[in-house]
Amino acid sequence: MQVNGYTPKIVAFCCNWCSYAGADGAGSARLSYPENVKIIRVPCSCRVNPMFILRAFQRGADGVIIAGCHPGDCHYTSGNYFTRRRMALLFSMLDYLGIERERTRVEWISAAEGAKFSKTMNEFCDTVAALGENKRLEDLRCKQ
Amino acid sequence: MQRIGVFICHCGTNIAGTVDVKAVAEALSHEQGVVFSTDYQYMCSESGQQLMREAIREHKLTGIVVGSCSPRMHEATFRKAAAAEGLNSYMVEIANLREHVSWIHKDMKEATEKAIILGRAAIAKVHLNAPLQAGESPVTKRALVIGGGIAGIQTALDIAEAGFEVDIVEKSPTIGGKMAQLDKTFPTLDCAACILTPKMVDAAQNEKITIYAYSEIEAVKGYVGNFKAQIRRKARYVDETKCTGCGLCTEKCPQKKVPNEFNMGMDTRRAIYIPFAQAVPKVATIDATYCTMLKTGKCGVCSKICGTGAIDYTQKDEIIEREYGAIVAATGFNPIDAKVYGEYGYGTCPDVVTSLELERLMNAAGPTNGTLLRPSDKAHPHKIVFVQCVGSRCTETDERGKPYCSKICCMYTAKHAMLIREKYPDTEVYVFYIDVRTPGKNFDEFYRRAVEQYGVHYIKGMVGKVTQNGTQLRVQASDLLAGEQLHIDADLVVLATAIEPDKTARSIGTMLTASMDTNDFFTEAHPKLRPVESPTAGIFLSGVCQGPKDIPETVSQASACAAKVIGVLAKDKLTCNPCVASSDEMLCNGCSSCEKVCPYGAITYSDKEFRGPNRTTLIRRVASVNPAVCQGCGACTVACPSGAMDLKGFTNKQIMAEVDAICK
Repeated sequence: MQVNGYTPKIVAFCCNWCSYAGADGAGSARLSYPENVKIIRVPCSCRVNPMFILRAFQRGADGVIIAGCHPGDCHYTSGNYFTRRRMALLFSMLDYLGIERERTRVEWISAAEGAKFSKTMNEFCDTVAALGENKRLEDLRCKQ
Repeated sequence: MQRIGVFICHCGTNIAGTVDVKAVAEALSHEQGVVFSTDYQYMCSESGQQLMREAIREHKLTGIVVGSCSPRMHEATFRKAAAAEGLNSYMVEIANLREHVSWIHKDMKEATEKAIILGRAAIAKVHLNAPLQAGESPVTKRALVIGGGIAGIQTALDIAEAGFEVDIVEKSPTIGGKMAQLDKTFPTLDCAACILTPKMVDAAQNEKITIYAYSEIEAVKGYVGNFKAQIRRKARYVDETKCTGCGLCTEKCPQKKVPNEFNMGMDTRRAIYIPFAQAVPKVATIDATYCTMLKTGKCGVCSKICGTGAIDYTQKDEIIEREYGAIVAATGFNPIDAKVYGEYGYGTCPDVVTSLELERLMNAAGPTNGTLLRPSDKAHPHKIVFVQCVGSRCTETDERGKPYCSKICCMYTAKHAMLIREKYPDTEVYVFYIDVRTPGKNFDEFYRRAVEQYGVHYIKGMVGKVTQNGTQLRVQASDLLAGEQLHIDADLVVLATAIEPDKTARSIGTMLTASMDTNDFFTEAHPKLRPVESPTAGIFLSGVCQGPKDIPETVSQASACAAKVIGVLAKDKLTCNPCVASSDEMLCNGCSSCEKVCPYGAITYSDKEFRGPNRTTLIRRVASVNPAVCQGCGACTVACPSGAMDLKGFTNKQIMAEVDAICK
């Protein structure tokens, strides 16, 4: 997907047990979403270190989404609760730094919710595309 | 520096149809460290694996990237192939080019670009992969079966048959489940009790099987091979070891007005009761909500009458803890509450019943002793209307019902219609259906017999409304094939209600950390290839808790499930997941942040000696991870303020490298 000559880059961290499988489900059901979304598999949403998100924005990502199991359904009992709290803090800090709140998102998508995965990614892409390119945290030293 | 081999799979045309696989292999061949890059029709095939093995040998590969289907599908296959050639299995990474690329995107150019980027990310990760060795953990050779219906009983019997101990935990006072309530079973019409109760007795008499009836799972901890479960043994107020099941107390109890749940509330039982004659264990239970003695302290009739002194009003719930190697969820189903469909008059018109209620009305041990009498005036019904798909196959907008087909209704309705016409030939039977679905051995023949031999009137169309009309029920319906509206004055209306997973399934799923779908059915590890396993290792699925099924299917799944459980219990050691956390003692400052977030208690602290400046010895408190207990969630890695904690297989550096590759 290209908007006004730029292609939004979106990084999606997906929990191996639910959202990654949900993404597989979206694939099996041929429910399309923009190719801008690139998925990184993590064992649990709580494995996502705020560092990874900062790094993504530094390297020119326009949006970052973390998808995990529904609260109460974590494969590791409590991981997604940590994610919820950590990301609430991180996202408000990022907002303060000028990374709009809409560029970051936590979503709960189960293994059976392929349709929700596709819908979420479509929405998120549209939102991020509407915001335009993210320049705020970009590390120019990384540009070659 | 790694020597990386890249293998891009066509997956027939699944990937190659939308992704230019040759271009991907070519583009990735220029990546740093890649010494071999190729594409192949089917990488997972024997020859595809051979190709990979030869390349490992020829090019002395140290890392592998396979661009193929989801790692959830074939990661194990490729890891095994690499291991066969002497390469550590954990040096293999998968770029998911099928589910996440070719099946999603239609534009070849865009899909190819995305495939290259995902390939790059996998290559970047492999650069940082390190060989991992899987540890071993012991196996407790005992299985837990949650639910004592036909699924749970069959699974337990088969596991016991193989020589392993099994505990069945059943929440109601007896095992038997829904099948115990049924009258006859399709397609053979043999009586449910005649085929079920011998199995219940077998389970009770098998010395390898322990039945904890009237018990519930309180908590489950641990992992495959080493689960610990807490079982709440609810107070029966009757000593199970003393009660002989004579039933005298159930006849003398003065509290007679308790709705009998076994007969779907269509008659009453006493406050002390045995659900049905063949109950296992055949022990009386006092219903604390109705017992006068327990409520007011004034009665005690049962205790006076009991010859063995089994009544104990002071009994308390007891919590026992047991260890298991594997757990089977066999939590079963319930029909949905038909009251949500007000238009069918259930709950307001007494002669509108559900199929399970009809089952009890036709059962010799039921409230009418097997004579079909309608509930309102105990008269014999002469015109009966069956309504199919009540709450099944609903569209998304209908929040009252379920989107799925309940699968068993077409067959049991045909059975009911047939049995009624057989026993009462003067009765007219109408069945309103959307579609008649009868796949299964001898099923369609059975349905056709109902139509052709027994003259049941099948009408394609839905019933719009059922209203009370004097002593009869006015059924308004449409006949879609004739294209006309129908009004039938019926004596009895039977609703084939949808089935849904038992209400306890969700909380049990949470305890087992087993994933469930939006309808609260347990999800299987793979819908086709691993249908009786949960994605959570050591958790297995038996019966309707996984999806609607009839008795033959339930029994086959139960046996399949037992085979999988035996596969776990037969092993002396299980290999652990090597992707676990580990702490760098040189960086750890002993703050305990990681210990607090660990859900498994895998992290402990100890004082260790370190070399200090000027040949001194420093004693520092540092964290260490027990790899046999750690499950590899990674919560601690983020909590660690000094960056000492990292997760093998998903290290900070690996994930950052993937981020970099994607954002490049």
